Amino acid sequence: MDYITTIGLEIHCELKTATKIFCSCPNVFGGEPNTHCCPICSGFPGVLPVLNKKAVEYTVRAGLALGCKINEYSKWDRKNYFYPDLPKAWQTSQYDLPLCGAGRVDYRLNGETRSVRINRIHLEEDAGKLVHEGGVTKVDYNRCGVPLMEIVTEPDLHSAEEVVAFLEELKSRLKYTGVSDVKMQEGSLRCDVNLSVAPEGRLGTRTETKNLNSFRAVARSVEFEAARQKKILSGGGKVVQETRRWDDGAGEGYSMRSKENAHDYRYFPEPDLMPVIMTAADVERIRADVPMLKNERVAKYTGQYGLPEYDAGILTSDREIADLFDGAVELGAAPKKASNYIMSEVLRKGKTEGSEDVTVGISSRQLYEILSLVDNGTVSLAATREVLENIWLSDKSPAAAVEELGLKQNNDSGAIEAVLKEIIAANPKVVADYKAGNAKVTAFFVGQVMKATKGKANPKIINELLPKLIGD
Amino acid sequence: MNDILLLSLTELKRKLDRGEVSSTDAVKACLNRIDETSGLNALITVTAEQALARAAAFDRGELKGSLAGVPIIVKDNISTAGIRTTCASRMLENYVPPYDATVVKKLYDAGAVIIAKANMDEFAMGSASQNSYFGGVKNAVDSRRVPGGSSGGSAAAVAAFQAYAALGSDTGGSIRQPAAFNGVVGFKPTYSTVSRYGLVAFASSLDQIGPITRTVEDAAAVMNVIAGHDALDSTSADIDYPDYTAYDDSLRGKKIGVAEEFFGAGLQSDTGAAIEKKLAAAEAAGAKLVKVKIESFKASLAAYYVLSSAEAATNLARYDGVKYGFRTSKPVSDYVDLYYKTRSEGFGAEVKRRIMIGNYVLSSGYYDAYYLKALKVRTLIKQDYDNALAACDALVCPAAPSTAPLIGARTAPAEVYLSDIYTVPVNIAGLPGISIPAGSDGAGMPIGMQLIGRAFGDRELLGLAVGMARL
Amino acid sequence: MKITGDEVAHIAELSRLEFDAAETEQMREHLETVLEHFEMLDSVDTSALSPTAHILDTVNVLRPDEAAEPFDRDRLLANAPETDGESYIVPRVLE
Repeated sequence: MDYITTIGLEIHCELKTATKIFCSCPNVFGGEPNTHCCPICSGFPGVLPVLNKKAVEYTVRAGLALGCKINEYSKWDRKNYFYPDLPKAWQTSQYDLPLCGAGRVDYRLNGETRSVRINRIHLEEDAGKLVHEGGVTKVDYNRCGVPLMEIVTEPDLHSAEEVVAFLEELKSRLKYTGVSDVKMQEGSLRCDVNLSVAPEGRLGTRTETKNLNSFRAVARSVEFEAARQKKILSGGGKVVQETRRWDDGAGEGYSMRSKENAHDYRYFPEPDLMPVIMTAADVERIRADVPMLKNERVAKYTGQYGLPEYDAGILTSDREIADLFDGAVELGAAPKKASNYIMSEVLRKGKTEGSEDVTVGISSRQLYEILSLVDNGTVSLAATREVLENIWLSDKSPAAAVEELGLKQNNDSGAIEAVLKEIIAANPKVVADYKAGNAKVTAFFVGQVMKATKGKANPKIINELLPKLIGD
Repeated sequence: MNDILLLSLTELKRKLDRGEVSSTDAVKACLNRIDETSGLNALITVTAEQALARAAAFDRGELKGSLAGVPIIVKDNISTAGIRTTCASRMLENYVPPYDATVVKKLYDAGAVIIAKANMDEFAMGSASQNSYFGGVKNAVDSRRVPGGSSGGSAAAVAAFQAYAALGSDTGGSIRQPAAFNGVVGFKPTYSTVSRYGLVAFASSLDQIGPITRTVEDAAAVMNVIAGHDALDSTSADIDYPDYTAYDDSLRGKKIGVAEEFFGAGLQSDTGAAIEKKLAAAEAAGAKLVKVKIESFKASLAAYYVLSSAEAATNLARYDGVKYGFRTSKPVSDYVDLYYKTRSEGFGAEVKRRIMIGNYVLSSGYYDAYYLKALKVRTLIKQDYDNALAACDALVCPAAPSTAPLIGARTAPAEVYLSDIYTVPVNIAGLPGISIPAGSDGAGMPIGMQLIGRAFGDRELLGLAVGMARL
Repeated sequence: MKITGDEVAHIAELSRLEFDAAETEQMREHLETVLEHFEMLDSVDTSALSPTAHILDTVNVLRPDEAAEPFDRDRLLANAPETDGESYIVPRVLE
């Protein structure tokens, strides 16, 4: 029998605000336990929440980037459950009236466009961290109250491949909008997978696998769970609706204790928070903060600029890189040259080993100037590497760096000719090779001139002089 | 009793400012009085040392403000940094807040001297102040009787001259009803005019802090200090706050609304008669009596218990023996077991009953029938009171259906709940309400009359209450 | 409204409270009495009414995203029944 796998996702994404959602404690990853805390986020008696404006705006911005309808009226609810990582014993969340309603995200897979409908996005608070150690559990509330956005998709996905491709697109959009770091390894992006398997045309029983914290874990858990359910069904069994966990080390999912499944969250309106009204004008104001997204830029780069798909992919892999590129082009840089330079030099310098993070240490203006200096012969392309080192993460002008480092290219043909003549005279054998048609030895002469001029001779001039001098 | 104690807050303040009385003398007189009347069990913690130090600071001219040098008591569910705040619960027996409630900060800023934390019903749940881990409170007029609740300690203390004012909290009558039972003034301001930041929550949408004093003028003077917008409380009203003492206390031409629903079965005849007498006197003084209808009156108690218990069930979920307060000393198998044992040992019987009711009405399958229904009834109650108040300046009714009962006379919880019938709708509708003395019953127990005003008409209501109190 | 002992047990679980047999019976009776009183609500026609979750009509009470000085950890932990000076300690939580 043919089985169809149906998958919906719940994606939790921590927002990159300066402070927590309901108090002024800093929203930063890590730190000594309980040092980013106050009576409010630690759930002390008598404290009250006050909503962070930026957390609301970020959620709306993310909603706009995912094509969501923004609800004019949204409110807050208490989701009640007891767990040591939840100091108030309820999570403030949005139950029936979230900030963002239905949306749609198109993503690319194997050269075709597919889409996932978004059901809703709501804003809530993150819980604390539990560390199990030496027979006890240590409770750290640093993460408590970090603004957390929950994106709920419709069950529009059918394979691990699709799930990962969609998540990549989602991650890129969230990163582009600047609302989150989307670092799965730091838990700022987490994913729950709802999956069911059923013969075509029928509805299956779904399970929920919680807290997957890498795309690889998501993919593996989807494959595992789909296979598990298929096996049950083909054996004539029934899938039990349950919450499951994924053990990445063992490469298998397991059922959580049934007690954890018997939740009755007793949602009810949070009396300590007032509703949020988003007028059309508010939405438009926030829309202005949504940048051009990856897919739009790829289309522009390949279409308007004629860049290869591969290059466009790299340039748009990170919004900062794409912004760097766009800015330089806007200032007048040739797209292909800017693209090449970013891919070969800027990324070489900006990538840290073992991390997906890229540091973009120069501005669009600096990039544009570097390219201009190369174009007008002031500096050699090779020498810009030193320039880049020099101006990295500063606002120094490349021209000043060239000056300071003494990298200015020698464009004096007469002087270069004199040097070249000496080298020709001293190397009759190589000259003979050259005359015999071995073009490869050109590099030898260029290298020798460079050596003699400490790399400053303009190679273009050497290349022009060489046939003239040897041909004489 | 020291004559200083017989002064009202307003009178004391005048004498303090003129240097005719020292704050140290006033504080010492209060502390002596607290000793003499300790049998009332009105207080949980007396902060004698801190109070004397502050009084001395005032006497040296270092404290300024509209309550500078005045001894005041604060209900023990209002957070005081460095002073334990127990909510009269075993759960918080040794809890010392790391921060001050906004009202406490405001009291300090106004120079007030906090001399004690008042006993109460555990987590403010009760109408008699007998549900206290620290023992029940006695009525200041007759110690065989209950002082009302839940701010029974605050009311008994003020009535017994232990201080010049006390802060209480009122979720369904917890300021007005004990004030009535002890023959003092209790004012519950419009919801949102006094910050709740630092008030240990019982039912967040109903809770409101207010003053208990011996005169209405004193209540207005305290309001001038504690009212105001607070950025730490999202429900705090961002309005222009008036000078609450600048009221018009004339009754001439004022319209007083009376609803026949207020004078139905269950009302003690002496109480009904006392209110009628006051109304007649008001009419003689030029006020006009207006008949109004509050058809939702009967349903308000049920709506109140659904809403307040639901909110309480979640507000009290945080007490689990992890962050602060009581933790079971019994061996536990895991954290779940820790929760069960800590909460079962740490909470008293009434608190458990409310939590159970609250979780019942919120639980899957019952939400619509109880909670959602109560929210809709709330809409109706608010409409009824708003409509009635559109036709008059204030509504008048008893503060409680009877005077203070004997301790132990009423024990069935459902029966006890009935004593809040006149006060709960005011919280449901978020209106200001004040209880002022209106004579006494055959046994000599004080009768309280309640005046209910329009939302944010607190100053006008206080003025009317001054006028009525004078009759 | 009849309440069974099992229902009391279920609500007690949601409340993280435990009752012995006698307490359970008392609680059962109490819930019945109170829920009976709640039937009063059914006498009110609310078909045309929307719920009032907030008595105020205030909206958009928002705070600027500005960080304050962090709170002293020792003062937060001072009330805790058990800590290691850094974290709150609870009996082992099994995931």
